[in-house]
Amino acid sequence: MLKTFSTGGVHPPENKITASAPIEYLPVPESVVIPLSQHIGSPSVPVVNKGDYVRTGQLIAEGKGYISANIHSPVSGKVSKIDIAADSSGFRQNSVFIDAEGDEWVDTIDRSNELDTEIRLSSEEIIKKCLASGIVGLGGATFPSHVKLSVPSGKKCEILIINGVECEPFLTSDHRLMLEKGPEVLTGVSILMKALKVEKAMIGIENNKPDAIKNMQKLAAGYKGISVYPLRVKYPQGAEKQLIKALTGREVPSGRLPLDVGAVVHNVGTAFAVYEAVQKNKPLFERVVTVTGRDLSKPGNYLVRTGTPVRKLLEAAGGLPENTGKIINGGPMMGKAISNLDVPVVKGMSGIIVIPAEESKREETKPCIRCSKCVSACPLGLEPYLLMTLSEKSLFERAEKERVTDCMECGSCSFTCPATRPLLDYIRLGKANVIRMIRERNIK
Amino acid sequence: MSSTVLITILSLSLLAFIAAILLFIIAEKFKVYEDPRIDEVQAALPAANCGGCGFAGCRNFAEALVKADSFEGLNCPVGGAAVMAEAATILGRIAPVVDPTIAVLLCNGTPESRPLTSRYDGASECRIAHTIYSGETDCSYGCLGKGDCEKACKFDALYIDHSTGLPVISDEKCVSCGACVKACPRNLIELRKKAKKDRKIYVACSNCDKGGPARRACKVACIGCGKCVKVCAFDAITLKDNLAYIDAGKCTFCRKCAPECPTNAIIEVNFPPRKPKVEAGTEVASA
Repeated sequence: MLKTFSTGGVHPPENKITASAPIEYLPVPESVVIPLSQHIGSPSVPVVNKGDYVRTGQLIAEGKGYISANIHSPVSGKVSKIDIAADSSGFRQNSVFIDAEGDEWVDTIDRSNELDTEIRLSSEEIIKKCLASGIVGLGGATFPSHVKLSVPSGKKCEILIINGVECEPFLTSDHRLMLEKGPEVLTGVSILMKALKVEKAMIGIENNKPDAIKNMQKLAAGYKGISVYPLRVKYPQGAEKQLIKALTGREVPSGRLPLDVGAVVHNVGTAFAVYEAVQKNKPLFERVVTVTGRDLSKPGNYLVRTGTPVRKLLEAAGGLPENTGKIINGGPMMGKAISNLDVPVVKGMSGIIVIPAEESKREETKPCIRCSKCVSACPLGLEPYLLMTLSEKSLFERAEKERVTDCMECGSCSFTCPATRPLLDYIRLGKANVIRMIRERNIK
Repeated sequence: MSSTVLITILSLSLLAFIAAILLFIIAEKFKVYEDPRIDEVQAALPAANCGGCGFAGCRNFAEALVKADSFEGLNCPVGGAAVMAEAATILGRIAPVVDPTIAVLLCNGTPESRPLTSRYDGASECRIAHTIYSGETDCSYGCLGKGDCEKACKFDALYIDHSTGLPVISDEKCVSCGACVKACPRNLIELRKKAKKDRKIYVACSNCDKGGPARRACKVACIGCGKCVKVCAFDAITLKDNLAYIDAGKCTFCRKCAPECPTNAIIEVNFPPRKPKVEAGTEVASA
């Protein structure tokens, strides 16, 4: 019997259309827009000015404060302006606009494809390198990696968990990375282990990727302390707490961090980015994005520079089909629809999914029939139907008591509801209000 | 037979008498003194329990009025000056003059001027749409039109006009309780000083983007050009974050600013029609 997490979970249709499509390199776009807030934490501060010439990989914005990340130029060319631009949710935020001229990289970046497994940097130097290279969690949450690697005194990390689950339907970017860049990912894992000073790393991969499991198991034999575990398919296994539970059996209590049970979780995409940063001196300015959808003529996995407009990705995938209803940034369960095709690719964008109009429609909201399917689906043991009602009636104090802030917005409740109630929409509202309430209370 | 009846009546009467004495003692012992004026003041209040005064209800407000040393900062927007004067006479104080206000919508983005760029099919509430994305148009400041304000209004003074997608506020019914102001997640409703004949002149836009993006998103957006600021002789107009604001306290309703606005973002309501255009033009030029 394969391992999985115990509470809740759902089984959405997998739709991994692009699982066998090799990673393709997307040409450098003519111009890029780089939002200054593409990570969790405070927005970065630009260090270039209008008219400056920048090279690929050059620092263009510096992280502000501890929880923030550096941003590097994905192209070489002139900074045309620093202005506001719409992000994927349509809200305006500060961005750097660069017009590309050729593709001249910073000299220090090693552009060879040779595998380099010798780790020369010390633990502290690795963390500094991650900070300098602007590495953030590439699973989608975009939490700055250097923060996760710095274990505060008094706490001890015993085990590194590598997330190769990719539990979201449609997405295959991590899958392809594990197949094509296995040795690089594993070297990245070794680097992360050294940074965290741990002896043991577990890579969890869901059983719907047998080729990736086989490849990683074969390669991992050559690396000390790394073992690969196939996992039973269940959404949301890729969530930090659920993956820890599945692999180690340890449960992270409500309101606590994985480090409290001695674990740190990183994504395979992050491990690859760490490899490139540490061994090749290459900051994070490109990533693999799955562009998929049933009606796309050429769905695939593309290695894209950040700042590339989504429009370019869709062109590469064969153009937007006429019957498109929604374009989703991220996975279909947690991702959000984008309102504009000029939205740039950011560090946290794992996929672009084109959904036909007839499938993207929301069903009519019907009254709750108290079937409690959402309660059994919730991986955190919350009561989604109750949280929805509390948010609807603005009873936020009560919602706080019912642990609304624990919700990770995985969408299992909305997915499973037979009355098609917008559970997650309301829970998100409640969560936002409770977080604001707590912040105001702390200020007082 | 007759003795049974007698005993029953007597014993029950005795029981009732003892209970009455007990109840009297308890009532005296645990008596809570309440200023009788609270009841009087409450009777004078409109009993709408809308919360427009900032208190939980009319009773709560009456208590606050009785307790307070002066009426400073206390006002019942529903009852207005008349009710406050009545409360003042009951309490023997003087009610300060508070200008009546009325709710106005700081957005005029109809579908003609603000084209749809996407379609929202989530839960039909503004506050939810606002947490998810910028809205169905390119303007991330404007009205979402899902009617949170309509649901919040207890006086039936506000409804969503489905042809424009914007709320319409009734001058007669609005009591400026402020429920809609609190309900709007984008802070698009302002309580403005009420003028004679319900005249209003205000910038019906909340877009803080620079001129270009604002204009592209909406034809009637304030682009922050500052022409109105220059033409205003009373310093009533200020420009902040690419957005003009007319201070209702300083505005004299001279109407010079509205024709200056290149995007017609300044709205005039309940004014007599303007004189022929040529004359208005020369008037502006001379000013």
